[in-house]
Amino acid sequence: MAADVRPDTARPTDEIVDVLIIGAGASGAAVAWSLADTRMRILCLEQGDWIKSGEFPSNGRDWEARRYAEFDISPNRRARDTDYPINDANSPMKIANFNGVGGGTVIYTAHYPRMHPSDFRVRTLDGVADDWPIDYWTLEPYFADNDRVTGVAGLAGDPAYPPHQPTMPPVPLGMTGTRYARAMNQLGWHWWPSDVAVATTEYDGRAKCINLNHCTPGCAQGAKASVDITYWPSALRAGVELRTRCRVREITTNEHGMASGVVYFDGKGVERFQPAEVVILAANGVGTPRLLLNSASARFPNGLANSSGLVGRNLMLHPWPQVFGYADAEVDGDRGPQTVMWSKEFYETDRARDFVRGYTLQFSRGTGPANEAITSMIFGRLPWGKEHHRVFRTLHYRRLLIGVACEDLPEEHNRVTLDPILKDGHGIPAPKIDYTISENSRRMMEHGIARASEILTAAGATNISCSRTMLNSPGHLLGTARMGLSPERSVVNAWGRCHDVKNLFIVDGSIWVTSGGVNPTSTIQALALYIADSIKQRLATLFD
Amino acid sequence: MTEDPGAELTSTEARDLRRLAAFMVPASTEHGMPGADDAAIFADIVGSLGRDRDAVRNALARLREIAGGDFAALDEAKAEAASMTLLGRGGPLMTALGRAVLQCYYRDDRVLRALGLEPQAPFPKGRALEPGDWSLLDAVRGRARMWRDVDDERR
Repeated sequence: MAADVRPDTARPTDEIVDVLIIGAGASGAAVAWSLADTRMRILCLEQGDWIKSGEFPSNGRDWEARRYAEFDISPNRRARDTDYPINDANSPMKIANFNGVGGGTVIYTAHYPRMHPSDFRVRTLDGVADDWPIDYWTLEPYFADNDRVTGVAGLAGDPAYPPHQPTMPPVPLGMTGTRYARAMNQLGWHWWPSDVAVATTEYDGRAKCINLNHCTPGCAQGAKASVDITYWPSALRAGVELRTRCRVREITTNEHGMASGVVYFDGKGVERFQPAEVVILAANGVGTPRLLLNSASARFPNGLANSSGLVGRNLMLHPWPQVFGYADAEVDGDRGPQTVMWSKEFYETDRARDFVRGYTLQFSRGTGPANEAITSMIFGRLPWGKEHHRVFRTLHYRRLLIGVACEDLPEEHNRVTLDPILKDGHGIPAPKIDYTISENSRRMMEHGIARASEILTAAGATNISCSRTMLNSPGHLLGTARMGLSPERSVVNAWGRCHDVKNLFIVDGSIWVTSGGVNPTSTIQALALYIADSIKQRLATLFD
Repeated sequence: MTEDPGAELTSTEARDLRRLAAFMVPASTEHGMPGADDAAIFADIVGSLGRDRDAVRNALARLREIAGGDFAALDEAKAEAASMTLLGRGGPLMTALGRAVLQCYYRDDRVLRALGLEPQAPFPKGRALEPGDWSLLDAVRGRARMWRDVDDERR
């Protein structure tokens, strides 16, 4: 291999590794796990901590409050010392993430749909954006591997998907899901129990779900499949090294234009150099372009791997309106996993509509009393004063909530750049987000809001309202280092290698060409496994 | 009066917030609920301001402006009117103020019991969830394939 170590540094230099992975989240864990069987020396640097199950909010009486504190989905509010700030003031959708072993899977809802076959062929089928250089069938075996490692609850036979077999029975419908299902049957619309990365039976050493509901800010039971308890234990047992509280500042290159390693700050704040033969970026669709742009040098003045000028561009965030209604009697409330079922009735393009592509409807259970009160206060459903208690009783444990997961098409003006002022705790320039919701997305959102309102009405709900953007932070960070065959129109090739730097790979959501209308984690991880396999199959010619 | 600069609130702010909290969530004999100004609940609110502390302090400063300087000096009717004027303004400050009050109010044992809930953390006991009516899925099982094939030759 060609990479060498910078000899001119006064920084402490660590022993060279074969593979250096930046980020221990969904994709970093999957690629580490897959590469471990090569017996190469593999190191992962993660800026955050391990989160112990005893630290999750549902262990304590303050469980609802802590989702607005150190387990908030916004890094700006959470503001742990392991977080970096993000200037998202110029975006109607705010950025959600989590920095720690497990990354975003620590705080995701675990809704786990795959992309659909059509999602990889939007140019061919619908004449918009670009086709992916790979397809669903390329990823299909990796979806299956990923489902097996993760443990996915669901039900085979969904007519909206190619056949696949979830590894555990679906989460219960409950009273809430039964209401939704009756309404969908009345309307004649498709629904199916969601694929959910929650253990509904004991699975691979993990305990089964006991209906804590609080899936998003971490699962104290360990039933939710965050990668700190799925991929990482196996990867570590296989010899992968994982160092926490190590924040990478830049990727360095040598005179051959190859990545030579990274400069990072260790847990004591000491700036160090870690040499590596291969560098794999797994830092999500905001962190990855931030790092590439922060790695600008005389050799790569516009940022590393950015000869196309597309690093940071085409950011896709998934507009995700939430439509609320309230039943006339108690339903599940905060008993049970949040996500129940999905509908793909409006997923595929219908030329009779005024938009292309489509959306998933994601059906959710309710929430706890404090969160019900807080969100209802924000949206004006819950008054202050003498009427407070009467109105609260019409809301508590009666919530029905449908999310409209809209496909977000790529637009170059939606982008991540470096903020000229804002920096993280190590003085590294922070990312800045410039994002607008497209006209196509707005039409799609309104269509979905109208359909969700019809469903809620059919389910017997009243007091129907919608949050178009206020709660619209799904944390799906996609598209900012896109995959493609042309070095002029993409950042990485069809198997994740940067066109410009042949020992630099990207495996996170930034390589997505289009976004689909689904939660991305399942597909991000299948892609990471596919790229790892591509690396393993090409070891002798990896840099050709 | 000497104030502790590290305190969550000054004594004036604490006094105003407690009076404001009583208007936000008043006690209800009908529903068997304490008010948000209840001593235990209010102590929890003040001790849990955390990330919302600065916003709450700013909200209280706005309240004093609305009150013409001294919120405590207003009679009950005027104090309630000033409170509702503040709360009606909405925006991030009111969101933070509301969150600070409600996140503590709705974890008080008496409040939870009045709502029919057991005052306990979700873990480790967990909760019961009924399975629901899976026969409803029969209407969907027979549907024709919905996903679009892309005619990939490799399959």
